[in-house]
Amino acid sequence: MSGPDVTRAISRIAHEIVERNHGIENVVLVGLQRGGTWIAEALGERISAIEPNFAVPVGSLDPTMYRDDIGLRPVVAGSASHIPCDITGATVVLIDDVLYTGRTVRAALEGLNNFGRPHAVQLAVLVDRGHRELPIRPDYVGKNMPTQTTDEVDVSADGVIVTSASGAAS
Amino acid sequence: MKHLRSISELGAEGLSRILKLTESMAEINTRAVPKVPALRGKTVVSLFFEDSTRTRLSFETAAKRLSAETMNFSVSTSSVNKGESLRDTIETITDMGVDAFVVRHKSVGVPWQISQWTNASIVNAGDGAHQHPTQALVDCFTVREALGKQDLSGLNLTIVGDIKHSRVARSNIHAFSMLGANITLVAPPTLLPLNIEHWPVKVSNDLDAVLASTDVLYMLRLQSERMAQGLVPSLHEYSTRYGLDEKRVAALQSSAVVMHPGPMNRGVEMLIDPSDIPNSLIHRQVTNGVSVRMAVLFDLLSVEELS
Repeated sequence: MSGPDVTRAISRIAHEIVERNHGIENVVLVGLQRGGTWIAEALGERISAIEPNFAVPVGSLDPTMYRDDIGLRPVVAGSASHIPCDITGATVVLIDDVLYTGRTVRAALEGLNNFGRPHAVQLAVLVDRGHRELPIRPDYVGKNMPTQTTDEVDVSADGVIVTSASGAAS
Repeated sequence: MKHLRSISELGAEGLSRILKLTESMAEINTRAVPKVPALRGKTVVSLFFEDSTRTRLSFETAAKRLSAETMNFSVSTSSVNKGESLRDTIETITDMGVDAFVVRHKSVGVPWQISQWTNASIVNAGDGAHQHPTQALVDCFTVREALGKQDLSGLNLTIVGDIKHSRVARSNIHAFSMLGANITLVAPPTLLPLNIEHWPVKVSNDLDAVLASTDVLYMLRLQSERMAQGLVPSLHEYSTRYGLDEKRVAALQSSAVVMHPGPMNRGVEMLIDPSDIPNSLIHRQVTNGVSVRMAVLFDLLSVEELS
């Protein structure tokens, strides 16, 4: 995906979020640290252009403390979580850059519970690279990209780069 | 990181890593239910051969908020009283399956010695007059929080009191100089260590002369046994020259902050009620103590298993 492709995908997902929730009155966007925070902010900006009468709250969540692989591999914590409002009764859209095993999302769902009981939780990702290990499915997807487990997927506003173990980038 | 025994072992990179992680822990501590499952299944034992209120309770609270199990060792009711050696004590507790020892001992170097007898992580909660690294982390975090900036270069820190016997002073001098602060020690000559000319500090015997240029005034506790040793002629004389009273608080810059690691000796080094000091950070030090110790335990116990 090129940079403009990423922008278009974010724009489409913004429209889908508004359409699916019949507006954004009760919606809170929560980016997962660290890859999802800038996407959450970009979605927030797009949505406020689509629905200028409502400001959609945008927060961020660090799921590190809820991971199930602490002690099994090196864990690097993000920054302090910031949930801008009470999420009890709200529809929370969790946002991440890449959906892979689903374990980060599971940790995030557990973390989210500490801030309240949302009416519903939806999941938006820019890239779904497959290889799920848990029964987790995204509601909004920028692009499905089949990958090998050995590949590295790097997402930024400039585009998505998949690097295979042999070193070839695409 | 496997152990936290001194600030120099932590290094500048480790210092900033722990201080950043503390911000995440501080956020957790503001929640209605301040608990995360991060260290489920880990066991932390506190092994205090010296008395403690703050350090011990904040380590236990920190372990519990990370969902670790805690074990408590009370010297006065243990087999240490039957003559069991330190080594046997450590090996016995290790056999029960622990992941970290939080240890305080009156002898310098005990945390290093212990780490040869166990595979668990060691956190130094004070060894003699040597090091108290988590207190220094608490103080650095508290100053950065109060000033709202990460970089402390050019900050004037004044530490007042019994420098010679203070592990808090030693750890703080290391940590604050890593963050770029200028440090001045104020104490009677009998309470200054030997070889102080090799330390990255300035030394003064006149508290009133340095107040106006101080950004952070750090008061140390005068340990009462020092008078029996003849290092201080009288408590009254010590308080008059080095105690913090209303006049000295008034002589501080309006932006200057006051700290004390506790426990305080009211009427000795603290002649004013701390609640009457406008910029006292003493309560923030205690509150932040839990967040810092959560960060330390998480950093030590979340590392990859080497086996």
